[in-house]
Amino acid sequence: MSEGATTVAGLARALHARELSSVELVRQTLERIAASQALNAFISVDPEGALAQAKAADAAIARGDAAPLTGIPIGHKDVLMTAGMRTTCGSRMLEHFVAPYDAHVVAKLRDSGTVLVGKTNMDEFAMGSSSETSYFGPVRNPWSAECVPGGSSGGSAAAVAAALLPATTGTDTGGSIRQPAALTGVCGLKPTYGICSRYGLVAFASSLDTPGAFARTAEDCGLLLNAMAGHDARDATSLPRPGEDYLRFLAKPASGRPLAGLRIGLPREYFAGGVEEEVTAAIEGALRELRALGATTVDVDLPMVRHAVPVYYVIAPAEASSNLSRFDGVRYGHRAAAYRDLDDMYCRTRAEAFGAEVKRRILVGTYVLSHGYYDAYYLKAQKVRRLIAQDFMRAFERCDVIAGPTAPTCAFAIGAKTDDPVQMYLNDIFTIAANLTGMPAMSIPCGFTSGRLPIGLQLQGNYFDEARILNVAHRYQQVTDWHLRMPS
Amino acid sequence: MSFSPDDVTRLARLARIDLADDEARDVRVKLDAIFGLIDALQAIDTQDVEPMAHAQDVSMPLRDDVVTDENRRDRFQAQAPAVADGLYIVPKVIE
Repeated sequence: MSEGATTVAGLARALHARELSSVELVRQTLERIAASQALNAFISVDPEGALAQAKAADAAIARGDAAPLTGIPIGHKDVLMTAGMRTTCGSRMLEHFVAPYDAHVVAKLRDSGTVLVGKTNMDEFAMGSSSETSYFGPVRNPWSAECVPGGSSGGSAAAVAAALLPATTGTDTGGSIRQPAALTGVCGLKPTYGICSRYGLVAFASSLDTPGAFARTAEDCGLLLNAMAGHDARDATSLPRPGEDYLRFLAKPASGRPLAGLRIGLPREYFAGGVEEEVTAAIEGALRELRALGATTVDVDLPMVRHAVPVYYVIAPAEASSNLSRFDGVRYGHRAAAYRDLDDMYCRTRAEAFGAEVKRRILVGTYVLSHGYYDAYYLKAQKVRRLIAQDFMRAFERCDVIAGPTAPTCAFAIGAKTDDPVQMYLNDIFTIAANLTGMPAMSIPCGFTSGRLPIGLQLQGNYFDEARILNVAHRYQQVTDWHLRMPS
Repeated sequence: MSFSPDDVTRLARLARIDLADDEARDVRVKLDAIFGLIDALQAIDTQDVEPMAHAQDVSMPLRDDVVTDENRRDRFQAQAPAVADGLYIVPKVIE
């Protein structure tokens, strides 16, 4: 398959030039999805709806009335609400839930002409780093069926990695876009908190949840972000900002040293051990390429970043325990069949319909918010959160982007970490900080292990610096082809 | 720190989640491990540090106090386990 046939930009060109119709493209997409059911990347697929949208897209193109993404098939993580189409959050709790309205980013992508093909599988309520906690079964990594694709947006990552779709949405609360992107060899972008509305994103940890995108190239991630970003009064944390073209730096004519002047910060803490040797070697290789493109590297210190995982595992469960209290069997979702009274109905409903990891996190959150422990845990974690953010603010005085591994290891075997939550949590050791600070970050493919499993490079930027990160990633992808490798 | 079986029972009660006995045992072991990770925070000096509740230091937006939502009751109640006459039905709570 050629590059153009798997990228949003390439397909959009072909659609607009009428070399390909959206109906043909969506038919091929549906065939590929049907042939790849073993990956378990999707919870719902909507062939009739997709073909109807594709037909409308072809008509719009024929009228000369096309938006940039008109006719492009897409999948949404099943935590983003889609009007009229089931939204389960990978949970028995919402097994039959049909959202009454679209999430803001879903509506924006619909307005941009994308064709919604299906909803992707994920860790239950986005709590996990392996996409194994889904009520609908684990997602498999297209590079090795024995391995996890990472999580929680594992279905979205796997769908792009296996070229079932050119792009998908995800959400990132502690690394849930970037870590699966790394483990499946695709690009995953988590924008600045507040750039994309959370309206219609079923809340896990509201101060951290961020909608974002998966695609094969940095350019495609930018195309998606251009469509998804924008102020929305229905999310009180959505930022009113002038619109921007996140791809504006890519148009600059390429020179031999397109990254001249760029300072890349290397946090000592990200290269200090605890990272698989093959991962470190691939990151070093990527840094050599970036230097050859004109960038310079500078050591930076993030002394508080080692506390990011414990801070996250106080704040995220605290917010989750509050957010998930809405699932009580009254207004939507599962309700236990038998109960003594109202209180018993709550307790049984939640016992039956939440999985083990979700229950654990609700219990952790309940504990850290409970009387007598709030100051010691929740308030303490919020203070350390600020110290971590200050580390990054200081580091960005000395550099423009921060680079390092996205995850400490490549994809691991299904089942390998399911019984050890702490080992599972440590997968996110490099990704969590960007959620705590709210800064943008992305993962791009930068190599493979000897076992042919993908490795991801994480690029982090200062607030609102998406365009710069995308440009760095794009220039790297102009001289490398890791992002174009496909699983057999 | 280490959780006692009573601690787990109390937490499950607060969270309104029934736990079977074997589930409670498993939760207790895992909570101990998770708090082993979290308790490292206690050693950090956070004197005079303002808590950071949010990624952006912006104040909550205000708007005029007027109705902006359309009536979506029927669409919302279509998702409910039990409704009657536009009301959500729950077990009797007042004798």
